[in-house]
Parts: sequence; C-alpha cells; structure tokens
Amino acid sequence: MDFQVIVNNFAFLMLQGFLGFGAFAGGTLRLAIPAIVLGFILGTAIGLARLARARWLYLAAAAYVEFFRGVPLVMVIFWFWFIVPALMGKSLPEYSVALTAFVMFEAAYLAEIVRSGIQSVPRGQVEAATATGLAHGQMMRHVILPQALRNMIPALVTQFIVLLKDTSLASIIGYVDLTKAAQIVNNREIRPFELYLFIAIVYWLSSYGMSRYARYCEYRLDPSRS
Amino acid sequence: MNYHFNWSVLWSGQTGAWLLHGVVMTLEISLVGWFIAAALGILSGALRTLPILPLRWLAAGYVEFFRNVPLLVWMFFWYFGVPPFLPQALQDWLLDHGAEFWAGAFALGVYHGARFSEVIRSGIGAIPKTQFEAAASTGLTTAQAYRLVILPIAFRLIVPPATNETLNLLKNSSVALTIGVAELTFQVRQIETYSAKAFEALAAGTVIYLVLCLTISAVMARIERQTAIPGMITRGNTGVS
Repeated sequence: MDFQVIVNNFAFLMLQGFLGFGAFAGGTLRLAIPAIVLGFILGTAIGLARLARARWLYLAAAAYVEFFRGVPLVMVIFWFWFIVPALMGKSLPEYSVALTAFVMFEAAYLAEIVRSGIQSVPRGQVEAATATGLAHGQMMRHVILPQALRNMIPALVTQFIVLLKDTSLASIIGYVDLTKAAQIVNNREIRPFELYLFIAIVYWLSSYGMSRYARYCEYRLDPSRS
Repeated sequence: MNYHFNWSVLWSGQTGAWLLHGVVMTLEISLVGWFIAAALGILSGALRTLPILPLRWLAAGYVEFFRNVPLLVWMFFWYFGVPPFLPQALQDWLLDHGAEFWAGAFALGVYHGARFSEVIRSGIGAIPKTQFEAAASTGLTTAQAYRLVILPIAFRLIVPPATNETLNLLKNSSVALTIGVAELTFQVRQIETYSAKAFEALAAGTVIYLVLCLTISAVMARIERQTAIPGMITRGNTGVS
C-alpha cells in the first residue's frame, strides 16, 4: 500500500473531481448543488399538484412519482444520454445530460417530501388563512409553505446526501466528478485500493457531516423540546 | 425529428435472448446481494439494540461507514481494490467463477446490509418493552429472547420498509454494469450499441424494471396482510415505516 499517490493527485481529485475547478466541465458539488435546487423547484410543483383538487393534475403527478421511483437512476441517465441524440440528431454535453436526469429523477422523491411536509401543517392553519381572506395562492405562499418548509428541512438534507452519493453515477457517461477523477488517476497509477478508499472517505466525510447536521436540525425543530 | 421506430429489434436475432439473460442476471445478483444484506442487516440491527456498548459501536460503525459512501465507489473498491490482497487460491477461484458477479453481489449486500440494519433496528425499537421483560421472566437468555420472541415480531413489523429496501436493492443492481456484470441495464446498452435503436431498447428495459418492482410490491403487500399481527398493526398506523 502506498498512499503517496493520494498526496500527488490531491489537487486534481479535490479541485477538479469534488469541486469542479479545472480543465474538465466536472465536479461533484457543481452537479449536486444545482440539481438539488432545481429538483426542489420541480418537486414542489409536483408535490403541490399531488395535493390539487383537479383529478387530472393529481393523477399526472402521482404517475410521475410512481414512474420515476420504479426505475433505476442509471436507466434514467441512459434515457437522456442515448435518446436525446437519437431524437434530435445531436448530442448534449455530459453536464446537461447529467443535470437533467438528476433533476427529473430527484424531483419524484422531493415531491413526496414536499407533500408530506405540507400535510404535516395542521388543518387549522388553512382555516385561519381562509378566514383572514387570503386567496389559495397567498395562503400557500405566506402561511402553509413557510411552515411546511421548516418541517421538511431534515428530510431535505437527507435527500441531498442521497443525491450527493448518486452523482457518482454521472461518471458512467464520462462526467468528471470525484469518482471519474479517481478512475482517471487510477488508469495512470494503478492504485485502486488507495484511490477508491480515499474517495470513499471524502464521500463519507461529506455525507456523515450532513447527516449529523440533519439530526441537529431535527433536534432544534422538535416542538416537544421547547 | 426523423427517428424511425423499429420495435422488432427487441425480439429479432439475439436481442431477445440478451434481454432475457439480463433479467436473469439482475435477479441472480439481487438475490445473492439480498441474502448478504439480510444477514448483515439482521445481525448489526440486533446488535445495535443490545446493552453491550462495544458491540453497539461496532454495528453503528459498520452502518454509518457503508451507507454514507456511494454504491458505485464500493463496487470499484471491492472489484478493483480488494482482490490483489486476497489469498492466491481465492483470487484464482474468483477469476474462474465471475469475479465481477461476486464483487457486485458483495458490494450490493454490504451496502444494503447497512440500510437494512436501520430498518431492523427501528422494527425492534417499535416492540413494546414488555415483550423483552416477558421473555426474560420466562427464563430465556438474551440470545433466545431475540431468536424466539423479538426478531419474529420485528420481522412482521418491518414488512413495508423492508419491501422498499428490497426494491432499492433491485434497482441499484443496475450499478453493477460499471464493473461488467451483464445485467439488464448492461444488455439494454448492448442492444442500443448493436442496433442503434436507443428508444426501443431503453423502453424495454424501463418496462421490465417497472414490472419487476410492481410484482415484488404486490407480492409483499400480500405477505404484509398475511403476517400482520392482529391488534398491533393497522395500515398507515405502524409507527415504523
């Protein structure tokens, strides 16, 4: 075992692979952060649609969620990677493909978080908002969503951890994230044990750190504590 | 858009056999992985509820380390990183018996074992304390109490979350294509490569995954009804899932 290989390639692995600064359009965080933000926006729309009174809207949202939750993420990435070129006659860069696939896929899971977050707000809040004369949209924006968001924070952090780990799958289509960066270094150095153990530790530190943060949020937001 | 659909690529020539082999391989690797995951999950999940601190730490360390690292990294680690350190006889055996399959199944099992562990632990946590006391007062040792009383109840409580985890394992088996296991997603990609019919190949794969998932959840819903403990569980009121 020779961990010198990590020291020699530390800058490439962390700057290019993890953060996304360098010659390649890559980076684990550069994919994960926009994906969670855009996924949350789409997920909120779908989660609200699942609670809508209009039957067709509810059914469409439910079908979206069930469909994406029944298919492996690798398959979803391949859809965009292979079908877009076949239909449009030109291929998209890895970053756009990966981002689209992650946003669409994560939105299905985030929609469920948003839905259960909204459903956790007591019914009396809706009645109180209606009684003060707020319209449906105003009620959602000013009363329900701010409270729901608070309840959702732990689940959102957990989902971000899942997403961060899932971004490693973008390496399959050649996106240079932390996993792909380790593969590139390994092709030259042939040190798989040291390299994959190292990136396992980097993923572990970021995931575990965030899961501790989620637990802290849960503790702080626990109403029974105050 | 000038894409010409040709659904017959899915059954003409070898492609039908490829898809079939892919499904069989997906089920095989998932099954082997599932048994490893179940064994590790039950063991570590039960250890985490014992009052013996070093064992709890050991189990907690296993869970926290393995579930917080991407499955893909584990696949690479077990397939590329570990074999050079194994005894020569075992390396030779692996080379002759599909090293990628065993590395993939092992990675799936160890990763999902950590996730199963949490399910088992919450199942045991949902059992009333009186069950532990009753088991102890009838003279059972701790091991007997877990084997004869606690775990059987826990298994019946955790059917819904365990089903979820099983489906996750099945879907995650697709990650094994990265180390060359010829499972369903691998075959879909192969068909795409040979026929250049991306839409048909991916649609077939997607439908097969959906059918597998729906079948498993239908079977598990039946098992859930049959194994429900009367008076203890009502749908949506379990407190465990």
